[in-house]
Amino acid sequence: MKKIMSGNEAFAYGAYLAGINVAAAYPGTPSTEILDNFSKYSGVYAEWSTNEKVALDVGIGAAYAGGRALVTMKHVGMNVAADSLFYISYTGMKGGLVIINADDPSMHSSQNEQDNRHYARFAKVPMLEPADSEEAKQSVKAALEISEKFDTPVIIRTTTRLSHSLSIVETEDEPVAESLSEPVAFERNPVKYVMVPAFARQRHPVVEDRLKKLAVMAETTALNRIEPGDDEIGVIVSGVAYQYAREVFPNATFLKLGMVYPLPAGLIKELAGRVKQVVVIEELDPFIEEHVRLMGIPARGKDIFPNIGEFNPGLLRRCAQEAGLISAPVQSTPAVSVPQLPGRPPMLCPGCGHRGLFYALQRVKALVHGDIGCYTLGSAPPLSAMHTSGCMGASIGVVHGVDKVGVKDRTVAVIGDSTFFHSGVAPLINLHYNNGTSTVIVADNRVTAMTGHQANPGTGSTLMGIESPVVKIDELARGIGFKKVDVVNPYDFKTMVDTIKDHLQSKEPSVIVAQYPCVLYKRERKPALVVDLEKCNECGNCLRIACSPITKVEGGVSINAALCIGCGFCATICNQGAIGLPNREGGTEQ
Amino acid sequence: MRKKLDFLFAGVGGQGTILASNIVSEVGMRCGYDVKKSEVHGMSQRGGAVESHVRWAEKVYSPLIEEGNADFLLAFEMLEAARWPHFLAPGSVALVNIHQVMPPSVNLGQEKYPEEKEIESILTGAGDRVIWLEGAAKAVELGNHPTLAGVVLLGVLSTRLDEPAETWLRAVEDLVPAKFKELNVKAFWAGREMAAGS
Ligand SMILES: Cc1ncc(C[n+]2csc(CCOP(=O)(O)OP(=O)(O)O)c2C)c(N)n1
Repeated sequence: MKKIMSGNEAFAYGAYLAGINVAAAYPGTPSTEILDNFSKYSGVYAEWSTNEKVALDVGIGAAYAGGRALVTMKHVGMNVAADSLFYISYTGMKGGLVIINADDPSMHSSQNEQDNRHYARFAKVPMLEPADSEEAKQSVKAALEISEKFDTPVIIRTTTRLSHSLSIVETEDEPVAESLSEPVAFERNPVKYVMVPAFARQRHPVVEDRLKKLAVMAETTALNRIEPGDDEIGVIVSGVAYQYAREVFPNATFLKLGMVYPLPAGLIKELAGRVKQVVVIEELDPFIEEHVRLMGIPARGKDIFPNIGEFNPGLLRRCAQEAGLISAPVQSTPAVSVPQLPGRPPMLCPGCGHRGLFYALQRVKALVHGDIGCYTLGSAPPLSAMHTSGCMGASIGVVHGVDKVGVKDRTVAVIGDSTFFHSGVAPLINLHYNNGTSTVIVADNRVTAMTGHQANPGTGSTLMGIESPVVKIDELARGIGFKKVDVVNPYDFKTMVDTIKDHLQSKEPSVIVAQYPCVLYKRERKPALVVDLEKCNECGNCLRIACSPITKVEGGVSINAALCIGCGFCATICNQGAIGLPNREGGTEQ
Repeated sequence: MRKKLDFLFAGVGGQGTILASNIVSEVGMRCGYDVKKSEVHGMSQRGGAVESHVRWAEKVYSPLIEEGNADFLLAFEMLEAARWPHFLAPGSVALVNIHQVMPPSVNLGQEKYPEEKEIESILTGAGDRVIWLEGAAKAVELGNHPTLAGVVLLGVLSTRLDEPAETWLRAVEDLVPAKFKELNVKAFWAGREMAAGS
């Protein structure tokens, strides 16, 4: 049987076939669907951990005790998990550990671009890179075999374009890989597992030796292959860039790498010997190119292709033509220009509780140190009520620093509930401990909305669909020692504004939990509101809340009934009482 | 079998763009083509645009269509249709649903939504012709399920290709949620009738 699967579905299927029995992750585009899908297979355990480092430690524990573990994360998640990546490289484990890391060239859904192949070299662990869904499926088993044979974690690198593209996968596979013959058990072996300096010094040579053995393996593994072609150009390529390169250089000789660290020096030399010119095609950094040049081979790469953004076939073709690697078309069709049209930026959903919070913050002219999630959309005009946003968990430390340096402004931190559980708790303790004065607002919609509504410790259920205890953020703050803690419904506009003002005036550090369940998750819908144009004085308030159903029309505004979900916030902030529920006479009812 | 067929889909979140492109992928596979599909939908639930590429050929490498190569544009929203002229191949056909979803800058009165004529000239500057389709109106008539317009457009598309209607129908039935099967089958036939009339 054949089935069309996304890269992420194929990773999940491959993990199931490989006999992975414990999987842990924190969501992050484009990696999230791997665990979403994996958790649906029978007989497996999967969880949303509170952050990537916790997820990796969970996977490591399972692998220490002889299990087969999978941990997934987006590229920036690896920054969070990096501390654990480095110790597991030293200790190794009894079972198997596969980490799927999803890079996001072009930042379709990320705060920065980073090339996480560097982590493989940095932490001295092998890295595989599949190029389509079938390879994604196979890569998990291949990674697990390397992990168990060489006593090393193995990273599989994917990118947005692989994770979110669909291609045909063979589903008549061998049944699920045999589980390990030995029963799971933790073997006490401090020299291997306790990384005090004396023992860590013994492990480092083991790691270096392992890398040498992996480099030998890289020469013969089926993951790397030379695809014969003409003797003009030899292309070295991996991942989805291979697919683009195949279209642009149909006749070239290829070294197609399925394992990008350590690199196969022998195969690279063999390719260079066969062709007049070696060209390395890789998205983001010149990771392979630098290695090839260090070998003394004058490869071309980043002098031709950009180190910013993702590739596509048209881009590669234009670059290759400009560099004279391929000839330009004889009859060039006139280039079609892309028209200037109104954009369609993402907005807070109709009925989203974050809107009430940010409109209130805008009204009190707060200086807002933000964080990452749906609520980052509060930075966009016309709300324009967020002034910094760097990485997950940054807001609370940043606001504390701004306050400590002595800025006299209405400073607050705004952080989402999932982000708070991810990396907000330690900075909140810091704020309290160091006699801070800042106000922290948790935008609590009870779910990890941005990445597609994954459960979190505030939701009351787990990835496996099992009921779970709810962590209450206000109680947590009181437990730390905060005295000034309020829970407010952000759509209760007056209370929201008054509470923010009260907290801003206070000298003590404080917490506001702005709580309103995510509308997309709850899917509640009330009757759409209507506008009474006779009462409307065109003040424009309702247009400033950035709600897509509200449209400017001749003499006022109108509300698109198909899009409105009836939350009523526009009616709350309308000074004229011009917005309300429809009554029978065709007017409005307040 | 044709040498290759490239389909570009454009719409806004909630219009069934992804479902429609999944159905076209499935039909391709069932007819013996190699198939790849790629999409960007990160922000679709929050009102953003959705774009999807589907490719059929004996062997497909790139999941992305190269500019100037799309044989069909299926657009579920008029402004979204106008964004992609540079992808259209000479001789290509754009099937455009007559439906407008206003972007924020238009709602706020800062920018103008392009006229139908303007969109038509943008697209015919690159491709061969634009076929305007009352998919949204048909969807309302059939029961107003938001993704029906997409399946109406697939009905139209199916008449322009060689694959049997049976194969399309099976794929529609297998991919739509079970409780909306009948409605979607009706929408598919409505599209075929619409094509016969145009
Ligand atoms: C280290 C890291 N991991 C994951 C992500 C991806 N990510 C961005 S926002 C977000 C979730 C935000 O959820 P929450 O704080 O509850 O806010 P909401 O979207 O629900 O408003 C995630 C997982 C990231 N940017 N950085």
